[in-house]
Amino acid sequence: MHLEYREFLGTLGSNSNSVYMGNKIHVKVNGKDHQHEVEPRLLLVHYLRDTLRLTGTHIGCDTSGCGACTVHMDGQAVKSCTVLAVQADGASITTIEGMANGQLHPLQEGFHQMHGLQCGFCTPGMIMTAADLLSRNSNPSEGEIRHALEGNICRCTGYHNIVKSVQYAAEKINKEVAP
Amino acid sequence: MSTNYIGKSVKRVEDKRFVTGKGNYTDDIVLPGMTHGMFVRSPYAHAKIKGIDTAAAQQMPGVVAIFTGADLAEVNGVPCGWQVNFKSGDTMKEPKHPLLAHGKALHVGDPVAFVIAETREQAKDAADAVEVDYEELPAVTNPAAGVQAGAPLVHDEAPGNVAFDWELGNPKAEVDAALAAAAHVTTLEFVNQRMAPNAIEPRSYIGAYDTTSDKYTLYTSTQNPHLIRLLMCAFVLGIPEHKVRVVGPDVGGGFGSKIFHYTEEALITWCAQKISRPVKWTSTRSEAFMLDAHGRDHVTKAQMGFDANGKITALKVHTYANMGAFLSTFAPAVPTYLHGTLLQGLYTTPKINVDVTAVFTHTNAVDAYRGAGRPEATYLLERLIDLSALEMGVDPVELRLKNLIPPFDGVTQPGYQTQVALQYDSGNYQGVIEKGLAMLGYADFRKAQKEAAESGKLLGVGFSTYIEACGIAPSAVVGSLGARAGLYEVGQVRVQPTGKVSVFTGAHSHGQGHETTFAQVVADKLGIPMEDVDIVHGDSDTVAFGMGTYGSRSLAVGGSAIIKSIDKIVEKGKKIAAHKLEAAPGDMEFANGKFTVKGTDKSLSFGDIALTAYVPHVYPADLEPGLDFSSFYDPTNFTYPFGCHIAVVEVEQETGKVALKRFIAVDDVGNVINPMIVDGQIHGGVAQGIGQALFEGVEYDENGQMTNASYMDYCMPRADDLPMFETGSQVTPCPHNPLGVKGAGEAGCIGSTPAVVNAVIDALWSGGHKVRDILMPLTPERVWTAMQ
Repeated sequence: MHLEYREFLGTLGSNSNSVYMGNKIHVKVNGKDHQHEVEPRLLLVHYLRDTLRLTGTHIGCDTSGCGACTVHMDGQAVKSCTVLAVQADGASITTIEGMANGQLHPLQEGFHQMHGLQCGFCTPGMIMTAADLLSRNSNPSEGEIRHALEGNICRCTGYHNIVKSVQYAAEKINKEVAP
Repeated sequence: MSTNYIGKSVKRVEDKRFVTGKGNYTDDIVLPGMTHGMFVRSPYAHAKIKGIDTAAAQQMPGVVAIFTGADLAEVNGVPCGWQVNFKSGDTMKEPKHPLLAHGKALHVGDPVAFVIAETREQAKDAADAVEVDYEELPAVTNPAAGVQAGAPLVHDEAPGNVAFDWELGNPKAEVDAALAAAAHVTTLEFVNQRMAPNAIEPRSYIGAYDTTSDKYTLYTSTQNPHLIRLLMCAFVLGIPEHKVRVVGPDVGGGFGSKIFHYTEEALITWCAQKISRPVKWTSTRSEAFMLDAHGRDHVTKAQMGFDANGKITALKVHTYANMGAFLSTFAPAVPTYLHGTLLQGLYTTPKINVDVTAVFTHTNAVDAYRGAGRPEATYLLERLIDLSALEMGVDPVELRLKNLIPPFDGVTQPGYQTQVALQYDSGNYQGVIEKGLAMLGYADFRKAQKEAAESGKLLGVGFSTYIEACGIAPSAVVGSLGARAGLYEVGQVRVQPTGKVSVFTGAHSHGQGHETTFAQVVADKLGIPMEDVDIVHGDSDTVAFGMGTYGSRSLAVGGSAIIKSIDKIVEKGKKIAAHKLEAAPGDMEFANGKFTVKGTDKSLSFGDIALTAYVPHVYPADLEPGLDFSSFYDPTNFTYPFGCHIAVVEVEQETGKVALKRFIAVDDVGNVINPMIVDGQIHGGVAQGIGQALFEGVEYDENGQMTNASYMDYCMPRADDLPMFETGSQVTPCPHNPLGVKGAGEAGCIGSTPAVVNAVIDALWSGGHKVRDILMPLTPERVWTAMQ
């Protein structure tokens, strides 16, 4: 579930002051620390893609409508085109490049196994949104999966195999944590 | 031949890079010294450009160059790739489509200036500072309105805004007579609304120019790199083709919209040379909505006549097809040779006449969008036959079955000659309907529907059948119909000395999974593991030539070219093996990766032969070394996939909201190489077709402003709008290509739209609301209004 924008600003707490204090940001991305001077208007998605050259996070629209740019910020899915880089000061970000840990994340494996992608452009955002869902609900129903993914547009798959991919990952995660 | 791979749902080779964020789309690419471009675009649909003041913008930080239409006055416009003549024989009207508007802007978003700066933000700031003095002029957006006397003119050279008119089929007088004699005539006037293609990757281009070698490079999110190179070099910029490299790297969906040669591609390439630095431009989504070539937009009147026994006697169609302000690359072919020629459908209709008027309007260009003409034809037929069944009080399935073309295999029985030029290759049309009915449980459904109606619930079922002409296309045939290109494909198979195989294909994958499907075919044909096969596509410097991917043609045409090259490799391999085994080439056979002397156990492996071809110490004297063949394959006919789609809906009485309960798609796409990938193609197409029926549609206001150019306003099908799909398949092999395949890319999008609309109408009739038609998309408001 994505936070509303105002709610989201509230969660930034003292960090939100950095918007007004200066343009130097410290962020941890996929476990690695970064410091950069940034323009106040720079979007987090452009910071990730252009400054850090993490191009797995995609831009599909300009109204936060497609979800291709979804990343995790302090453990929650955000659309990185709706977050200014300065708002991410002090935050920990995970992008699609940070999901595989020696082996593919169960969602990455699920999308491959269940043919949950075709052109691949929406896939990183889909995986990040689905990971957010599974972190809150490890055994979602089909309806819950569809509801969670409704902020991410896929034009290729008709969502059928994306739903199956998330179900595959949920099953795998549940098996792994089972005693 | 053993089939380790063909027919199996092999997981995709290309997935790993995409699920790990390592895809390489055009906007991901950064070249040294790269600049960024931003367009100044017309806010008016029709305006005189009285002046452009770039002085302030030139002084902005980081600005490298600003170009306007005046700078490009001597440069050609982008060409149209298909010529349709007027009924009179005159050539279609083909006004220049300039790279930047000069003098007049003819649709909202028409580019007026191009600003290049060091960064994207600087380019955006400077573009905002360009001042353009416009005089707004009246606009027309609807094609039927565009031809009316006194309508604002788009181009002075096209009186009445008519780009061309066109007719096909039986003489109109014969069709009129058949309709006059019919026991029942169903007439329907409707709009097949304008669609925004919405590939999720926005179009992106990088132009580069190397001053020392005089070589250009264009990275482009395209479905056909070689075609772009040809059109851009030969028709627009007049630069030497051998000095131009066009790369289509990973491309995030196309659906037709990335076939066409866009003005931005040529402009960016031209600019890169002018400033001797790379230039990148990536479309915003707003630009994509406004400017990626749209689909459909037909205003149609159609009449279907029946005799007293329910047999169709005649079909008469007139369509105003909206072309937009300029003729896009394949635009003239869509309402004509991809629409009029499909109006036979699966039915034995003896008299058909189709008349098309193509109209310029002050709107974005309309061109091929998934299905391209065939969805419009299918929608027309399947809405008419369904409405006829309701009007005549007969079962819609029975009415279809009564009029169905009987089965034919195209081998022992001839193909089916239609009234509208095409000859179908092979078909078992009854089979897909019967399979669909079994999956649905038709009798049970009708019972449930009746019970639901008694308790005030509106359940409906909608059927559609379709046929499409795919595997585009025999060059001589399309040439005679106005295509300005051949539509063959190129496939090169290079066996490396170690027996590993590189395949270079002119087809382009932007989601279709060619790296997997093509490798399955090659591995099985050569009897080697799939891991030993690499599929290379999308780069004009590495792939000899190609016509690209659209019209469900990759496997039927591109795959056939690869098979031709494999045949040449096997033939040469036999000669090499025969020489080494001291046998006659005619006595050799090749199977499962082994060249064997027939009837003996003397054999050599594919790897042995590969090595020998490159280390030719013991080798036939009259044979060249090497094992590398390239082939062109030009099909002898279109391929004709077909199917039956069934939708089950529930309509909420109080709100008019449509809930899609079930969707059944039974498709016959010929032989199937990878069922998983074919199912995926069907799913995606079905979702797009449902999108047209229920959610999507480009809206222009009377001034030519697109009023829903964002994902906030244009309703895309989302995950919670759709059910799980039920797919069924039947296989009727294509008789005229080596793999027997027909193509699966567009099928889902063609069959689904009328099935959904028919289901909604059926639901309304079940509750006593005798509604004949509702304008797509069937929003709750429109459905509710129709019930009142």
